[in-house]
Amino acid sequence: MTPPVTTLEQTAAAYKQASEKAARRVVICGGTGCIANGALNVFEAFVEQVATAGLEAAVVLNEHTDHGSVLISMSGCQGFCQMGPLVTVEPDGILYTRVRPEDVAEIVEATLVRGEVVDRLLYVDPVEHTHCRGTAEIPFYQRQTRTVLAGCGVMDPEDIREYIANDGYVAARRAFTELKPETICEEITLSGIRGRGGGGFPTGRKWELTRIQPEGKKYVICNGDEGDPGAFMDRSVMEGAPHRVIEGMMIAARAIGADEGYIYVRAEYPLAVARMKKAVADAQAMGILGDDVFGTGLKLDLHVMEGAGAFVCGEETALIASIEGHRGMPSPKPPFPAQSGLWGKPTVINNVETLATIPLILNMGAAEFRRRGTEKSPGTKTFALTGHVANTGLIEVPFGTTLREIIFDIGGGITRKDGSIDPDGFKAVQIGGPSGGCLTEEHLDLPLDFDSLRGVGAMVGSGGLVAMNRNTCMVAMARFFMQFTQNESCGKCVLCREGTKQMLALLDDIVEGRADQGTLDILEKLAVAVQKGSLCGLGKTAPNPVLSTLRHFRAEYEAHVFQKRCPAGKCKALLTPEICAELCKGCGLCLRTCPVGAISGERKQPHVIDAAKCIKCGACVAACKFNAISGATS
Amino acid sequence: MMSAIEQPMNSSYATTRKFEKVCEILDRNGRDPAKLIPILQQVQDEYRYLPEAVLTYVATSLGVPPARVYGVATFYAHFTLKPKGKYVVRLCNGTACNVKGSMDLLEAIKKRLGLGEGQDTTNDMLFTVETVSCLGACGLAPAMVVNETVYGQMTPEKAVGVVEDILAKEASA
Repeated sequence: MTPPVTTLEQTAAAYKQASEKAARRVVICGGTGCIANGALNVFEAFVEQVATAGLEAAVVLNEHTDHGSVLISMSGCQGFCQMGPLVTVEPDGILYTRVRPEDVAEIVEATLVRGEVVDRLLYVDPVEHTHCRGTAEIPFYQRQTRTVLAGCGVMDPEDIREYIANDGYVAARRAFTELKPETICEEITLSGIRGRGGGGFPTGRKWELTRIQPEGKKYVICNGDEGDPGAFMDRSVMEGAPHRVIEGMMIAARAIGADEGYIYVRAEYPLAVARMKKAVADAQAMGILGDDVFGTGLKLDLHVMEGAGAFVCGEETALIASIEGHRGMPSPKPPFPAQSGLWGKPTVINNVETLATIPLILNMGAAEFRRRGTEKSPGTKTFALTGHVANTGLIEVPFGTTLREIIFDIGGGITRKDGSIDPDGFKAVQIGGPSGGCLTEEHLDLPLDFDSLRGVGAMVGSGGLVAMNRNTCMVAMARFFMQFTQNESCGKCVLCREGTKQMLALLDDIVEGRADQGTLDILEKLAVAVQKGSLCGLGKTAPNPVLSTLRHFRAEYEAHVFQKRCPAGKCKALLTPEICAELCKGCGLCLRTCPVGAISGERKQPHVIDAAKCIKCGACVAACKFNAISGATS
Repeated sequence: MMSAIEQPMNSSYATTRKFEKVCEILDRNGRDPAKLIPILQQVQDEYRYLPEAVLTYVATSLGVPPARVYGVATFYAHFTLKPKGKYVVRLCNGTACNVKGSMDLLEAIKKRLGLGEGQDTTNDMLFTVETVSCLGACGLAPAMVVNETVYGQMTPEKAVGVVEDILAKEASA
């Protein structure tokens, strides 16, 4: 029943042979982002149009039949979500962006039949205004080092054979058939890889701690409960390279002696759940997982479990409680999961990205892995780059890359509300989500790694990078995160449960104009208390956004508190709209919009606002077509 | 189906009949208390919410205190003890969506559907409007999901347009 060890090579050879029959390959990005933009319709249009054009097409590679000249497939997230749906044509190396189903006929006719490029669908550099033919010419991709994400966006995530054809499961097979568990732990320790989920704990040490526990039942868990608002790296990896995650889990299982594992995925990620489930089933069918892994007689079963919506379950002890069918509440450490985890058994929990990196380390060796990144934080890291940047999406860079490179070279610069580039618009970047902190202009040249960020009061977190332009109110931002953590606090520790609530109330006082010096003092004191009095990472880091904005944008807090003024003009309660006489055309729109009749003026003459009548609703600011009404007082 | 659940249960025969689906789900999961979360997820898929009577029934069947089942059902954001509308509109309020104006979408949709302060579901049970912490579609901020369909790079006008389309479809159905 068990397939022989050579199966991987046979599968790879058969797949390669079949794929060589296709002269061209059309890859349509099938990440959540592109699907939301209509990638599925584009896919169908390709299948239809290719047939109409008289070309033979194949959607599924089949070794046994002689099939067409064009292979059409979906891929995982290609990263450039904002420009989706993305379509790549290989081997021409063309990347088409924002492809609509009605564009497909033209692509088929021009590119697939005549071998020409459809210029209007190419990416246009927003700064240089040049057309970029493919990823090699697009700055967004040029500056990245894609290793973990290498397969995402190229390979069909639902085809195990393609993964195998690209050296997939070779590292896992080596781990099971050639390497001793202690050798694997040693190699991983040597590589210096640190947990990508946020804490940055050395993965090798975690494994070794679990390995040395007495033999018996052990578990390996993949933490795919990516909860940081503004982060989607793990989703993209699970959707784009599910087999790599499984391979990483297999190596972890072998290293610690586990025979069962769980992949815990957020319920908000239905596509990731579906792809992980299919990948596990396919691996089982090929004898890669199951009762006799690679014919070694060793057993490994993996289960995919869907979360039910609780941010705190990203905390390992809470996640374990959730798998056991309880409320996801963290428990004190020690004992660490390595000693007593799932159902009291030694357990290794690793983040998705960490696990997806493991096969790379075994394949390239620890020394080669260390060549990228910094001394204390080797390797590369994926980041979800979002917010007010020209190019949002999923990126991967070596540790030690500066924020300037990420925001300006890859991200293409800071944008205004209307999407145009504002060369001086940079205000801050929130890194690490609600547990992290903000980085400002002075940190633009700081090489990013686990330790440098901790040094400035922020953290890598799972890798969410939200860029903010100068019109963002940092106090409102801090309040937003506090509202999030307050909402997600599980309620176990008093200081987290009540403290976050009080901190939120204090921040409300500040943005609504009820605060004084005392508010700031209590806020700071309470922040430190919550950090100290909470059991898990959620509470310990919940005050970080407040503390870091207080540190870098204290003047902004003080403007809210003492002058009752929001410098960014975002806090509605502090708004006193004013009409700029030079810009006002006297169109009368604001006059008609104002619900309390506070605006007066003759037609075609500058209007004025009666501050006594104004209720600060902001309706006039939104209504004005000439940006003549400013929100903030000067 | 929902109204059947809310009726008082008299005979044991009727009880078994009413909970036939629940029994099927329990059996599928081997009546294992560790599988409580998947069980509740499948029950909610079936009823679109977790009726109180079902929670008690699940607790008894698994041999655990009802308090534990209730605790789990109220802890996780995905479980709801109130019936939801036919179309569940989830507005992402993750960081990226928030800075790109997701709250304006919420206001616009609630206004179009006539939902007041603290009201999530329309009286005709057609729509439930809620915010979620992050959909992981940050590259498309602000994002919105209606049942399973993701809509990206929304504006208040586009969001209301999606709602209008559904209303039109329902009116003609």
